[in-house]
This record gives sequence, structure tokens and C-alpha cells, in this order.
Amino acid sequence: MRKYKISPAHASLIALVAFLCVLPFQLGGYALSITTLLLINIIIVVSFRLITTIGGWNLAHYPLVGVGAYFSALMAINFGWPFWATVPLAGFVAAIIGFGFSYPLVRMTGFAFFITSYAIGEALRLSWVKLVYPFGGPTGISRIPRPSPWSFPGLPTIDFSHFIPYYFIVLVVMLVCLFIMQRIDRSRLGNTFKAIYLQEPLADSVGIDVTQYKTQAYVIGAFFAGIAGALLAHFLRAIDPSLFGLETTTYLLIWAVLGGTHTFGGPIIGVGIFTAMEEGLRPLAAWRPLVYGFILIAVLLFLPGGLEDLPGKVSTWVKKLRSWIRR
Amino acid sequence: MEFAIQTVANAWVATFLYAVLAVGLALIFGVMRTANFAHGEFFMVGAYVVWLLYSRSDWPFPVAVVAAMGIVTGIGMITELGVFRTLRGNVVAGLIASLGLVFILQVTVGRIWGLGLAKPVAPFFPGSLEILGANVGWQRFSIIPAGLTMLGILWLFLNRFKMGQALRATAQDPEAAALMGISINRMALLAMGISAAFAGVAGALMSSVYPVEPYMGHAVILMAFIIVIVGGTGSLIGAFVAAIMFGFIHTVVTTVFDSTVAIIIACVTMAIILAVRPKGLLGREKV
Repeated sequence: MRKYKISPAHASLIALVAFLCVLPFQLGGYALSITTLLLINIIIVVSFRLITTIGGWNLAHYPLVGVGAYFSALMAINFGWPFWATVPLAGFVAAIIGFGFSYPLVRMTGFAFFITSYAIGEALRLSWVKLVYPFGGPTGISRIPRPSPWSFPGLPTIDFSHFIPYYFIVLVVMLVCLFIMQRIDRSRLGNTFKAIYLQEPLADSVGIDVTQYKTQAYVIGAFFAGIAGALLAHFLRAIDPSLFGLETTTYLLIWAVLGGTHTFGGPIIGVGIFTAMEEGLRPLAAWRPLVYGFILIAVLLFLPGGLEDLPGKVSTWVKKLRSWIRR
Repeated sequence: MEFAIQTVANAWVATFLYAVLAVGLALIFGVMRTANFAHGEFFMVGAYVVWLLYSRSDWPFPVAVVAAMGIVTGIGMITELGVFRTLRGNVVAGLIASLGLVFILQVTVGRIWGLGLAKPVAPFFPGSLEILGANVGWQRFSIIPAGLTMLGILWLFLNRFKMGQALRATAQDPEAAALMGISINRMALLAMGISAAFAGVAGALMSSVYPVEPYMGHAVILMAFIIVIVGGTGSLIGAFVAAIMFGFIHTVVTTVFDSTVAIIIACVTMAIILAVRPKGLLGREKV
């Protein structure tokens, strides 16, 4: 019988999840809502990173999050559909819209991908601004319900309108999403995406259907964006088109650039550090975007691989320093 | 009939505004492989300089326009030296860095001169031009001769001057150009200077037409980018042709519906054109 050994990576992961399970009981209302938002943002940035593995930086990602948010909110308000049904369905609806987006997008690279995705996403977002029925126009939708309470005979009722139970829903959904995306990243599919990014003509010539795989990556990313959107809508309880505009997209890009996109964990580190920084810079108020602009440019100039590259860089610096001292 | 002429006249005004902005963007994309989101903010800074000098300090309007051109050119060159030079050739990093610049310029301008109401700029050319019953304000009209002059000078420069030919050579093949002894760094600086100067003049002339506020760049940058892509990235003539096309689409749809619908229609048109022809109208290579 093979002995099952727990690797240090697994152990630290279990410790982290345990920490996240204990955390909400220690936090106040404000800190808890920031943490819940952080968990939702992690789903968004990791699904964004999934699309970057084919080489496309998708500026339509927040509009796709918006698709999930609007779908889930509208279904819950107008038809009274339960939260548990609308969240997965929101993922599928975003995936279908993403499939439509992907048709022109996967046929272009780099600059054109960037701008075209921005333009298509903006067109979608502006249609929410324009159509007062059913999207509520510029003021959006409010009074989005929280999930209905769970009650089992003999057990206390779980009321999801409170922060802590909702936090746990988000935590579980996030862990499931991350698990699936991590599996995809490690699978043959994920490696094919990276092969296409590194050497598209070569990948094409060995028989990989490049367009097909790029479409798959885009649709998968859109699916998880939609799920994150649905979680966001039921958390904020009010959404409007400005939540999904260029400014929010720029923040998404900052998370990805700050953390780096080569590893699975990079963007997660990026969004975590950025959230901490945002809270720390709160006294600066309206000057904050200026600071972010400088940080963004500084990271691109001096640490192009993002924070995930930092340990490697530091160790080379230390080595250089040591050899310099010995000399 | 009057309505049709009015729309056509407005469409030409929009065409030249977009052409001036898009040709600048296409030029720096061709030379530096950098797409500059802060181009719209250069436009905004140009308008602010005119507001500061002409409306607030009573300088003569032409002097204010020249000052706007100079200041924006300076900002463009500084960003080239400080940011885009290191990131040249890396399209994604250049674009994201330019988004950082957008934040920096918007917040700086918004914090110094305040948000809220748009800054008032009285038109320098009063009255309006009447063509067959249609009215076009002289201030709006001024972008047409100004745009024609700027584009004409650029065309002459690119085709008749040695430095302009060097610029075109760099856009076609930077490595080969470098081997012929052309300094890529100097060409990139030149391209960025020209592009920023164009944006500055466009902003200066349109300062009394567009509401002058820190976010005014958003209104034009998306259309300018759409035009660059549809025209075929790096192709200046393609950018001009696409500017005419989208100038008309935007103006007609704005007149019939409103400007939000116009942007939606423009984006959808772009997606359709690119799905059929990924190189753009006059592009040589797939981008």
C-alpha cells in the first residue's frame, strides 16, 4: 500500500483554506465585504488570465462579467428564479455571448485583439445604458435579492442575506472555479493554449486547430466571468453599466500586470496586494488613480514579469551581491 | 434637403477630426508598434491649454493653439522617452502603460482645475457658414482646413523629405532601417511628436465645440482606434479612408438616433468588417 504523503504545497493550501474559513468570524462588516469582493475579483482575474494564455488581453472581460450580473439579476427580479439556478446559468449565458465575441476576436492578435475587444465590450455596455427596458438604463438595476434562506428540519435556518453565510457561498464557488481552472491550466488543453501563444505558426503546422482552441479558451474564460458577475450582482444588490466600464477594466489589467500572468498564482497575488494597497491608500481619495498609473508604469518598466518574477529576480540579485562580496 | 446637407457638412467636420487623430495613432503604431490610449488625453490637454490661455488669460487664440501644440508635443515626447522607448515592440505592455498615462493625465487635470461643469471656451471664429441653407459654425468648420493642411504637410514630409522617408522605412521594417543607419530612437521620438502635435491642435480647435472636461478624451479615442484598425493598422491612407467612412456613419446615426447608438453601430460595423477582412481595409499584414 502506497503511503499518501502531503506535499508542502498541499499543506499550505489546506492551511490557507482553513484560514479563509475562520477569517469571516474575526472581521467587521466593512472588512468582510472587502474580503468577499476580493474573492469574487479572484475568479474574475483568474478567468481573465485563462484568456491571456492564448495571447489575448481581453478588454471585454468586464462587460462579460456584466452579462452574468445582469442576467442573474433580471431572472431573479422578473421571474423569481432561485439564486442556485441563475448563477450557473449566468455562466452559460456569458459563455454564449463570449462565443459570439470570439468570432472576430480569435482571428486577430495583439493590438487588434485589444482594441476590438474593447470596442465590442463597450458596444454591449452602451446597449445597457441605452435600453431602459429591461436593463434599467444608466441607473441600472437595484433591489437584487440575496439567496433565499435554507431551512432543514432540526437545524437552524441559514439566512444568506447576512454577510457571513454569503461569504461562504462565494468562498465555495471560488474554490470550485479555481480548481477547475487550475485543472484546465495543467491539462493538455491548457498546454495547447500556451503552445499557440508561444508559436502560433508552429502549432498550426503540427495540426492544432488554432482558431478552434482560441475560441475554447475565450468561451471558458467568459463562462467563469459570468459566474463571478452573478455572485457580484447578488452581493452588491445594485448594478449599473458604469461598474463594467474602462476604468474597472483598467483595474483588472493592473491586477494582472502587478501579479504577472505566466503562473496560475500570479494574478491572485496581484489582486490580493492591490486590494491591500487600495485600503492603505484610502486617505489619498481621488488622487489614487494617479498613484495606480505610476505603479502600473513602474511595474511594466522595472518588473515586466510582475510580482511572480520577484523571487527569481531577488535570488539573482543576492547571488550577484554574494559573488561581489567574495571578490 | 437642408437636413441632408447639414448632415453631410457635419460628417465632413467629424471626418477631419477623426482623420487627424487616427493618422497620428496609425503613425506611432507603424513606427513603434505602440498603441497609445493616452492619445485622447493629449486631445484633452490641448483643449485645456486653450481654455487656460485664451479664455482665462486673454491670449490671442492663434497663439493659444500654437502653445497647445507645443505643450502637447512636449508631453508626447516625454512619454516616449520615459515610457514607450523601453516598451517598444511589446504591444500589450505599451497599451497597458498608456492606460496608466490616461489615469495620470486625467487625475492631474481633474485635481488641479476641478471636475464638475465643463470649462467654457467662447468660439474664436464667430458666426456660421451657410451652404445651401445648412449652417456650420465657423469654429467647427476650422478643423477641415486645419486638418487638410496638417495632413498635407505630413504627406509632403513623408514623401519628399529624407527624414520623412526614413520614418516610412522604419515603419516598414525597423531592423532593415536600423541597418541602413537610421536611428530608430530618433524616428520614434519624431513620430510621437507629430502624433501628439496633431492631437493637441485637434483638441485646441475643438475646445469650444466639445465640453472641456478631464474625461473628454473618451468620446474620441474609441472612434479613433476603430478607424485605425478598420483602415489597416499602420496604413495612413487606410486610416484616412476609414475616417471618412466612420465620420459619415457616426454623424448620420447621431442625427437620426443619438451618439450612444452611433458608437454601438460603429463597433458592430467594425466587428463585421474585421470578421470578413482581418487585415482591415488597406492593411498589408495581419495584425
